[in-house]
Amino acid sequence: MSNAATTSGRAPSVYVPSAEALATVLAPGERPARPSALAASLTFGWRALLKIKHVPEQLFDVTAFPIIMVLMFTYLFGGALADSPRDYLQFFLPGIMVTSVVMITMYTGVGLNTDIEKGIFDRFRTLPVWRPAALVGMIFGDVLRYVLAAVVILSVGLVLGFRPDGGVLGVAAGIGLLVVFSFAFSWVWTFFGLVLRSEKSVMGVSMMVLFPLTFLSNVFVEPSTMPGWLQAFVKANPITHLVAAVRAAMAGQSDPTNTMWLLLWSAGFVVVFGTLTMYRYNRR
Amino acid sequence: MMSERTTGLAIEAEGLTRSFGETRALAGMDLQVPAGTVYGLLGPNGAGKTTAVRVLATLLRPDGGRARVFGHDVVTQADRVRARVSLTGQYASVDEDLTGVENLVLLGRLLGLRKPAARERADQLLAAFGLTDAGARQVKKYSGGMRRRIDIAASILNTPDLLFLDEPTTGLDPRSRNQVWEIVRAVVAHGTTVLLTTQYLDEADQLAGRIAVVDHGRVIAEGTPGELKSSIGAGTVHLRLRDAAQRPEAEKVLQAALGVPVQLEADSLALTARVGSEGNDLAAGEQAARALADLARAGIVVDDFSLGQPSLDEVFLALTDHPAVPDDERDEQLEAAR
Repeated sequence: MSNAATTSGRAPSVYVPSAEALATVLAPGERPARPSALAASLTFGWRALLKIKHVPEQLFDVTAFPIIMVLMFTYLFGGALADSPRDYLQFFLPGIMVTSVVMITMYTGVGLNTDIEKGIFDRFRTLPVWRPAALVGMIFGDVLRYVLAAVVILSVGLVLGFRPDGGVLGVAAGIGLLVVFSFAFSWVWTFFGLVLRSEKSVMGVSMMVLFPLTFLSNVFVEPSTMPGWLQAFVKANPITHLVAAVRAAMAGQSDPTNTMWLLLWSAGFVVVFGTLTMYRYNRR
Repeated sequence: MMSERTTGLAIEAEGLTRSFGETRALAGMDLQVPAGTVYGLLGPNGAGKTTAVRVLATLLRPDGGRARVFGHDVVTQADRVRARVSLTGQYASVDEDLTGVENLVLLGRLLGLRKPAARERADQLLAAFGLTDAGARQVKKYSGGMRRRIDIAASILNTPDLLFLDEPTTGLDPRSRNQVWEIVRAVVAHGTTVLLTTQYLDEADQLAGRIAVVDHGRVIAEGTPGELKSSIGAGTVHLRLRDAAQRPEAEKVLQAALGVPVQLEADSLALTARVGSEGNDLAAGEQAARALADLARAGIVVDDFSLGQPSLDEVFLALTDHPAVPDDERDEQLEAAR
C-alpha cells in the first residue's frame, strides 16, 4: 500500500485520487459469465442475511410480536372458549402460529418499498441478472424469518403446555406447509410494495387485508359456532385451509383435502402476484 | 473491443417523450453522445435530466421516441444495454445498512465473479478510492464525500462502457467535489463514456467535452463549452462604485467601451454588463480591462470589480428568455412519479 489514498489513524486523512491506483481498477478486465438465476437469487438472499446481521432489531417482529400474540390470546380466550387456557392452547397454537407468520409476511412489501424509496433498487434493476432474482432473494431472506417466528411460537407453546401428537416430524411438516404458503403469499406484498407510494400505505393496505383474513377463519374458534354467511367466507378463506392442514400435521394426522387446497392457493399466489409483481418491476 | 468502446456513438436518442400524469418530463429529447467522452446534460431541477438518464439506463420506458446505447435499443434489447452500462443515481445506489466491502462483494457476485475474485476486486476498489479503512464500516456512517466515492466505486466495478452520473456533486463540499471530478477524468481517460447531469455550468465546463442544455424536457442548445459560451457571452462584469452619483456616467462609459447594454442593479452602487459575446474580436478579459481604464480616465472610482463566467441563470436567460428557476413544483411531480 504505497498510494496516497491510504488513510491512517483515527481521523480520516484527505483522499487524493491517485492516477495509478485508479488505473489499476479502471483497466477493462474480462467480463465474467453472467450468474445463474439461482446463484443471483442466493446472492440477494445473502444480502438479506447481512441486513439481519447489521440491524438485528428487525427481528423484533418475528420474536417479541409472536410471543405476545400467543400469551395474550391463550389467556384472554382460553378460559372462555375451552375448559382452561391449557386445553385451548392445544387447539389454538397451530392457528396463532399461522396468524403470526402470515402477518409478518407484509414486511416483505414494506422492506421492498423502503429499498425502492432509498434508490438501491435502481442499481439492482440496471444489473444484467435474472430479473426476479432481487425479489426472490429478498423473500428467501424472509423465509428464514418465518421459520424463526414459527420456532419461537412453538417454544413458547411447549413451555405453556402444548403437546403435539405428531411429534418432531409432524411439527416440522406443519411448519413446512406454513413456510410454503408464506413464501407464496409474500408475492402479494412485493406487488403492493411496488405499486404503493409509501411504507405507510403498504402497512395500511396489509392490515386491511390481514386482519379479516386471519380473524375470519378457524384460527380462534370452530367455524360451526358462526352464522351461515360467515361460515361461507371462512370456508373459502385460504387461511382456514392452511390452519386445518397445519393442525392435522402437528396432531400426527393427514388432511389431504385442505393440504391440496392450500397448495393450490399457494401456486395461485405465485402465478398471479408473481406475474403482476414482475410486470410492475419491469415497467416502472 | 477498445476501439468499439471509444469510437462512434455511445448514445443516440430521437424524440424521447415521457409523461407522468399531466407533467411532460421528456418532450421530444434528441441526444447524440460520442463514445469515449464526458457529455454533460445541463439544466435546473425538473428539467427532465434524471428522467432522460432513467430511460437511457433502462429503468424507465419512454412513451415515444427511441434510444440506442452502443447500437442496442434500450427497450427491446434492455439486457444487452444493461451489460454495458452502470448508473450512479442521485439517491443511494449502495445499501446503507451494509459495509463498504459487503456492498462491493455483493455487486461483484451479482456480476458473476466468484467469492475470492469479488473480494479481491472490492479491496482494489476501496484502495483506489481511499476507503480501505472504512471498508468494514456500514455505509450509513460514511461522510458525504465517502458516500459518493463508494457509489462510484460500485458503478465501475464491472468497468462499464458507459457510466451515468446523475448530479454526482450536488450537496458535496468543494474538496469532495474536486475529488469526484478527478475520478471522472480518470474514468473517461480509460475509455468509459460518461453521461453526467449537472445544475452547474462550471462543472459541465470543467468536465464535459460537449454539453446539452436541457429545459422542459428537451435540448435547447448543444455544443462544446466554448461554443455555448461564445453564443451567450463569455462572462459578466460586475462593478461597484464608491459614489452612487457617478453611476449614470459610469453606465455611459461602460456602454461605449463594451458596446453592450449595461444593467443597473437594485443596489444603487452596482452595475453589470456581459462581455465576450459574438461579434467582438477582443477576449472578455481584455474588453473588461479597457472598460476599467476608461472608467479610471473618466474619474469614476471603482471599489470592486469582478469578471465571472456566465451563471446557469444567465445561460438560461440567454437561451430561453426565462431564468433557470428550479421548477420545484415540476420537480416534485417528477419525484412523486418515480
